[in-house]
Amino acid sequence: MCSVCGCGSDSVTLENGAGHTHHHASALRYGFRAPKTRSPEQGETRLVRIEQDILARNDRHAEANREHFRQRGIFALNLVSSPGSGKTSLLVRTIRELGGRYPMAVIEGDQQTSNDAERIRETGAPALQINTGKGCHLDAHMVEHALQQLDPAARSLLLIENVGNLVCPASFDLGEAHKVVILSVTEGEDKPLKYPDMFAAADVMLLNKIDLLPYLDFDVEKAIDFVRRVNPDIRIFKISATSGEGFSDWLAWLASGLSEAATAGTGA
Amino acid sequence: MHEMSLAESVLHIIEDAAREQGFSRVKRVTLEIGKLSCVEPEALRFCFDSVMQGTLVEQAELQIVEVAGQGKCEDCAAEFHPESRYDACPECGNYRIRITGGDAMRVYELEVS
Repeated sequence: MCSVCGCGSDSVTLENGAGHTHHHASALRYGFRAPKTRSPEQGETRLVRIEQDILARNDRHAEANREHFRQRGIFALNLVSSPGSGKTSLLVRTIRELGGRYPMAVIEGDQQTSNDAERIRETGAPALQINTGKGCHLDAHMVEHALQQLDPAARSLLLIENVGNLVCPASFDLGEAHKVVILSVTEGEDKPLKYPDMFAAADVMLLNKIDLLPYLDFDVEKAIDFVRRVNPDIRIFKISATSGEGFSDWLAWLASGLSEAATAGTGA
Repeated sequence: MHEMSLAESVLHIIEDAAREQGFSRVKRVTLEIGKLSCVEPEALRFCFDSVMQGTLVEQAELQIVEVAGQGKCEDCAAEFHPESRYDACPECGNYRIRITGGDAMRVYELEVS
């Protein structure tokens, strides 16, 4: 069970019915109900200074995940994008290309179905689906439970495919080493300006489906200019999960991250 | 709509404070929301009312204090208050802006009984 919160029942489910679930927005009823009658002293009010970040609880779970990764030398990435950017195809190709060189595992986040996890498992890599129900993003708490069930190998690459959504996942740290945003050339060049929070939160961008550029009006330089306005330091890889173009740089970057994580980890 | 999760997080923080500081009713909640944070105040207001139903925060007034964005130009070092994450520097017109504040969201204060 959850080591941080000891949570209860819910609408978020992990595959196989194993693992547990927790309170979520749609079914929220916590304790501390308003008293029906008030004692005389309750009429007096006072001010309580809190000054706490609203995301503090998520961030505590994220730190627990980060420590889990650090101890085991796991290189964890949080992949975010709009639906249809080609995240799952990108993961499938990445896993096939790196196949046999590193242990790999995938956490898949979607509102419904385990289709994506099944696609990943066809590659031979272990994958766990989290269904968020009505939820629009993964949070660190869900990932913490997924880790208990999936238990990725030491010195492995853990790819966390977030719910397809360019808004909500921006705020929620999962404990990853890098947030990787995927923009495909079938979308507009101005997505980074329309959804600046996500492009600001990420530190790596994959410009995907570049094999389609000859058939589109997409202006690569303009897209890069727009993303750099929001995030001057973002690292950019131009790739195609279909043709494999640009994959060598992406895979080399992954290998270097894996090597750093393994060195930093205690190998427990 | 992640504002629902954020409203839940606010409730968790208030419940923890109620346990520690011994209050049973909240009359006002003051949040500080950065202009450049990932939250839409009106959506949060909507979710707040729905999440707080049946809790010690039910019917509390929600006060949202907006905190201005702060940015510093990496090229000319000018400091200013960006309205968005993609504003150009008002001094030199470049876009290499480091956001230095106004991107957080905090529970600032409660009025309780």
